Amino acid sequence: MIELLYLLAAVAFIVGLKRLGGPRTARSGNRIAAAGMLLALVVALVDADILNWGSVAAGLAVGTILGVWGAVRVQMTAMPQMVAVFNGLGGIASALVSAVAVVESGLIDTPIETTITIIISTLIGAVTFTGSFVAFAKLQGLVTGSPLVFPGQQFVNATLSVIAIGSGIWLLAGGDESAYWFLGAVALVIGVMAVIPIGGADMPVVISLLNSFSGLAAASAGFVVGNNALIIGGALVGAAGLILTVLMTKAMNRSLGNVLFAGFGGTDAIAGTGDTATKPVKRATAEDVAIALGYADSVMVVPGYGLAVAQAQHAVRKLASALEERGIDVHYAIHPVAGRMPGHMNVLLAEADVPYEQLLDLDQADPQFPQTDVVLVLGANDVVNPSARDDPGSPIYGMPILNVDRAGTVIVVKRSLSPGFAGIDNPLFYEDNTLMFFADAKDALEGALSALSQV
Amino acid sequence: MSILIVGITVFVLAAFVGLEVISKVPPTLHTPLMSGANAISGITIIAAVTAAGLGSTTMAEVLGFLAVVAATINVVGGFLVTDRMLQMFRRPGERSGQK
Repeated sequence: MIELLYLLAAVAFIVGLKRLGGPRTARSGNRIAAAGMLLALVVALVDADILNWGSVAAGLAVGTILGVWGAVRVQMTAMPQMVAVFNGLGGIASALVSAVAVVESGLIDTPIETTITIIISTLIGAVTFTGSFVAFAKLQGLVTGSPLVFPGQQFVNATLSVIAIGSGIWLLAGGDESAYWFLGAVALVIGVMAVIPIGGADMPVVISLLNSFSGLAAASAGFVVGNNALIIGGALVGAAGLILTVLMTKAMNRSLGNVLFAGFGGTDAIAGTGDTATKPVKRATAEDVAIALGYADSVMVVPGYGLAVAQAQHAVRKLASALEERGIDVHYAIHPVAGRMPGHMNVLLAEADVPYEQLLDLDQADPQFPQTDVVLVLGANDVVNPSARDDPGSPIYGMPILNVDRAGTVIVVKRSLSPGFAGIDNPLFYEDNTLMFFADAKDALEGALSALSQV
Repeated sequence: MSILIVGITVFVLAAFVGLEVISKVPPTLHTPLMSGANAISGITIIAAVTAAGLGSTTMAEVLGFLAVVAATINVVGGFLVTDRMLQMFRRPGERSGQK
């Protein structure tokens, strides 16, 4: 009976995920999955003959308060950080479940397959935990978003991996609890070391991968405690995270290994910046921007991370509404890796009430640029960099981009001419049909909106 | 069949179900999908309450308690924040009076 109820919960997860795939059904899908979770929790509480009700109740209460607080309070622009934290907590919860199994059994008379699953869930869970919190610190700006690389880094990481494998073998060979704690500590360090060399613009890949890991950690904890609901739920999340990871790496035309280990955007990647500092750009004012937009027939907005930083999603919506009132056709072109997590821009624009039919993905938007009068690039850089198309020597060569330079006029709103995260100069800025508007995205949009009324 | 083999079978089949079910999600829903999936990974909560509830030593109970806290934040926060996001993904026509 208990097993069947867990199966019902697992079915709710599958149905929920399926429904999360369509805009109309997504909200109910999320609720179905949540109901499945509640069912599984109640079954576990009833089934387990719990002795320490105090600890369980206190843990549930504290977790609920903190979870609600975080979910209600977080701003949509900070969603990548929030998901990173949740991934990390899921990971550490799974590792702790294994730790309890170790403490309770003392690893005496533990079957070897149980020890193996304990090792795996502790490794994955601990790496997910510290890796996610480093990602959080980077996204939150607590530490620099640029890759942290140092000489001998690969060697240090390889050594750490060998030590982790070694301590796993130590455990299997009959090591006691101290071997286990050593393994856990090494795994925590590996999580930190794995994420510090990864730059901010690669975060969509990292978060997707950590998402997948949090699922695998849950599945491996399921092996430790022998519960199929954990195995199914964890496998589903592992698969979901994997799909997103592959989508993100494809959108960057890079391999997962390259994202994780290349220290992309580090000091050795600043190819082709030297000679461009003196090239002229056409500077625009808010009035110039208003005139260009006001007399266009079609406008395509290309948002990037700068939009999130400036919290400009409402400002862009207001400007778009004003343009639409003039009969101008406005759409948004969203690159898969714009922002810091998959779908980051879509969430921000949805918050500002932009109908999702106006949001075009790469394949839909790109063919439209030659027929578009004005493209408004808001805080995006690498995803509109023509050198990805034209310059085989560029570090991002081959990455699918939005070919905004094929539009009539391109207005780039950017705080300064500094190259983007990847440290790669952008020839788009020096094109004849490009106007540069140096400002914070929100200020720029509000300025253009007030100037538009004079046009 | 040993429990381990059964577990591996379940895992592999569930992973394929996941790949099939999720493979065609439009980019607009990538973030909610991720945070919703993330909340599902909080299923560890059921192992955590068992671990905390049955821990026979203080150490086990403390570790179990921490596991329950972490998993609960993951579950409650994950589903709530996903709902908050999805609430915004409506067509103008579907919007009921207030924003």
